[in-house]
Amino acid sequence: MSALFILIGISLIVALGFLCAFIWAMKKDQFEDTYTPSVRMLFEDEISEKNQAKKNN
Amino acid sequence: MRYSENRTAEPVKKTSCYHCGDDCNKDIITYDGRSFCCEGCKLVYDLLKENSLCNTYYRLNQSPGIKGSESPDAGKYEYLDNPGVSKKLVRFSDDNQTYITFFIPSIHCSSCIWLLENLHRINEGVISSKVNFTRKEADIGFNPNQVKLSEIAALLTHIGYEPLINLDAVEENHRKPSNRKQIVKIGIAGFGFGNIMMLSFPEYFSMGNFHDQVKLPHFFAYLNLVLSLPVFFYSASGFFTSAWKSLRHKYLNIDAPIALAILVTFSRSLYEILSGSGAGYMDSMTGIVFFMLIGRFFQDKTYQTMSFERDYKSFFPLGVTVKDNGKERSQPVSALRKGDHIIIRNNEIIPADSILLSSSSHIDYSFITGESGPVRKSAGDLIYAGGRQLEGSIELEVDKPVSTSYLTGLWNRDTQQQQTAREQGYMYKINKYFTITVLILAAVSALYWLNFEPSRSLDAMTAVLIVACPCGLLLTATFANGNMLRILARNGFYLKNSDVIDKLTLTDTIVFDKTGTITHGSDVKFFGRKLQRFEKEMAGSLAAQSSHPLSRIIRDKYVTDPMKVEEFEEFSGKGIKGVIDGHSVMLGSAKFISGSALPRQSTRVFYSIDGAICGYFHFENAYRDGLQEVADKLRQKYRLEILSGDNDSERKNLENIFGTGIASHFNCLPGEKKAHIRSLQDEGRNVVMIGDGLNDAVALQQGNVGIAVSDDTNTFSPSCDAIMHGPSLGKLPAFLSFAKAGKMAIIITFSLSLVYNLIGLSFAVQGTLSPVIAAILMPASSISIVILATLTTGMAARLRKL
Repeated sequence: MSALFILIGISLIVALGFLCAFIWAMKKDQFEDTYTPSVRMLFEDEISEKNQAKKNN
Repeated sequence: MRYSENRTAEPVKKTSCYHCGDDCNKDIITYDGRSFCCEGCKLVYDLLKENSLCNTYYRLNQSPGIKGSESPDAGKYEYLDNPGVSKKLVRFSDDNQTYITFFIPSIHCSSCIWLLENLHRINEGVISSKVNFTRKEADIGFNPNQVKLSEIAALLTHIGYEPLINLDAVEENHRKPSNRKQIVKIGIAGFGFGNIMMLSFPEYFSMGNFHDQVKLPHFFAYLNLVLSLPVFFYSASGFFTSAWKSLRHKYLNIDAPIALAILVTFSRSLYEILSGSGAGYMDSMTGIVFFMLIGRFFQDKTYQTMSFERDYKSFFPLGVTVKDNGKERSQPVSALRKGDHIIIRNNEIIPADSILLSSSSHIDYSFITGESGPVRKSAGDLIYAGGRQLEGSIELEVDKPVSTSYLTGLWNRDTQQQQTAREQGYMYKINKYFTITVLILAAVSALYWLNFEPSRSLDAMTAVLIVACPCGLLLTATFANGNMLRILARNGFYLKNSDVIDKLTLTDTIVFDKTGTITHGSDVKFFGRKLQRFEKEMAGSLAAQSSHPLSRIIRDKYVTDPMKVEEFEEFSGKGIKGVIDGHSVMLGSAKFISGSALPRQSTRVFYSIDGAICGYFHFENAYRDGLQEVADKLRQKYRLEILSGDNDSERKNLENIFGTGIASHFNCLPGEKKAHIRSLQDEGRNVVMIGDGLNDAVALQQGNVGIAVSDDTNTFSPSCDAIMHGPSLGKLPAFLSFAKAGKMAIIITFSLSLVYNLIGLSFAVQGTLSPVIAAILMPASSISIVILATLTTGMAARLRKL
């Protein structure tokens, strides 16, 4: 039966881990804006001469 | 993304602007192989092209640009460089970098995000920019050594993304959304609820006894206790503080019975666990907290980009240009003193009561008085704060500082009286009776068992309190109201909170403001001899040369292809003249055209060709679409009135629409509007006031419900209970009947929750409520109530085509 104690302990630790992850995500503004990042990742860099020149310097 | 597909499918009959997508019906500018509707759009395109931003910007969405971005006056944002002002606005600053968050209402598509996040390619001083689309904010970091804050704001305005900056925003000082804490609380409550449920399973099915070790049930019970602590002390804390506050004010609010139920459940469970006499009801306790928090969150979800609590300060600019010994400098409005000389530019708002020093000006007072036309002022006249300067720039001497101006005084006097009476809706009444009944029931069952079997007395009493928690009632209200708020918002009617729904159901009188509320812009008609097509074109072409508001209306109506105007002259306050195609054409007042003054009735502009008067243009209000239907429907159930700050030239039209019996009042000052609503209320009426500008602001506050009508919900609306999108006015009868149906939906759902309560109570009074029954009843009732509330309100909306 002692396996039960260990398993319950582990399951609680896992659950706690998820709770902490959730709180961390909340604190880090992960849920602040759910739209912009989804669009932002689709933007491609446009090749611009001005930028190119700057990088070469 | 808004504009994307269906636009391409249309046959290309009209040329639409490559930048903003408007029809280029007046004058098409062809540049770089593209068509533009105006110089402004072309300039922005040019700027983007120069910085090679064009490809992506115009590829992501068709015509994503924003029209009307005429280059701002150079000095418009100068005040932002004043250290006093910028310190309040800036989020973080050191020698090499400054970060500021701008609220930009015109953000609307992915192209906007892309362009704003590539600002650094237009201006090298910009270090970073990040857009929050849902809040329509841009977080911009820049190097203050390379670029000034005012230049950033001017750049944004130039490319069409004018940031909204006002005193209000400054004073609120970057409020962090408090709902984040709320979500963490829900998360913790959910975590506790789920795990306690899981650990309680052996108890539910009596599995704790199948082996010989007695320790296991205890182990589970103690774990439950540990898990419930954060839920009780952290997640539920809001209910306790709110209940305590209300009790201290000797008033039973809706949180009080919940707090009591949570407290009783927790203490009884604590006792059972510590004494080893049972497993406790921790699952029910955490469940109550979890569901209630979700309901609360659902209901309190406010509209992030809207503000219902604005005061006069949000009208005023932050800074103003002051002339000091012949030199111009900008300073915050709050530092203005009597005697300061200020410069007000075209389209700026006058921040303080002042005396005009320049020879003459036209002031648009529509926000304050509701008069539709601009008012002419000449040197030495007192100009009240809140007027908008219409032509050129003027110089003024400040007569009173901002805090004591006419407008401010009006506002303060009226808001002070408002705070007193708290209206109690039917929810509070039901809640009160419910709580009292439960308390009596608990006491009765306790007394009953005390006589027969004293050991069960405490059990029975606490069980009653646990089961009869007004969870059902509150969940019903929160979910039904929350769903209704969402449905209404989808239809362009944004309520401040759910109390407003309740108040709407009590309405019996509706008072409308006229200008801007039931009217929408102006319409112009020509009276006189019949005009040839080219004669109309000439009038329009001439008017197109002037920036006077009336000229613009004529231009918009009559010009399709402007003709060339020679020898154009504008006589301020009188009229305009010019030569078109060899004809001498004049537009203006009767005196200007014919030399003899006419008694002034309504707004008229006379028109002459080669010295012969053809007739006059008459301006009248264009009423909103569907107003007739609204009036017909509302008239049957409500008393309707009109309160207008304008003159009574529209009385006839209004009587046609609203019927001859309509009580209409004209030339009302803001204070008079308020007094009129007060007198209606004194007759025992529940008044809904519907208005728009600042002239209605105090009346909106006085009404039982104040609805501000706004054509652009992002920009301005006065302090009110609800904001209505202009075109949605036609749905007003549906909104009102929907509010009433919502009340029915709540009553039906609440009856269902009473059934659950009765089942639970029948166990409780017998003292046989086991944790299993509690654990089944609680979630089952909560979930079915949530579903029923959502379904019934959704159905009510569908029946009304909302």
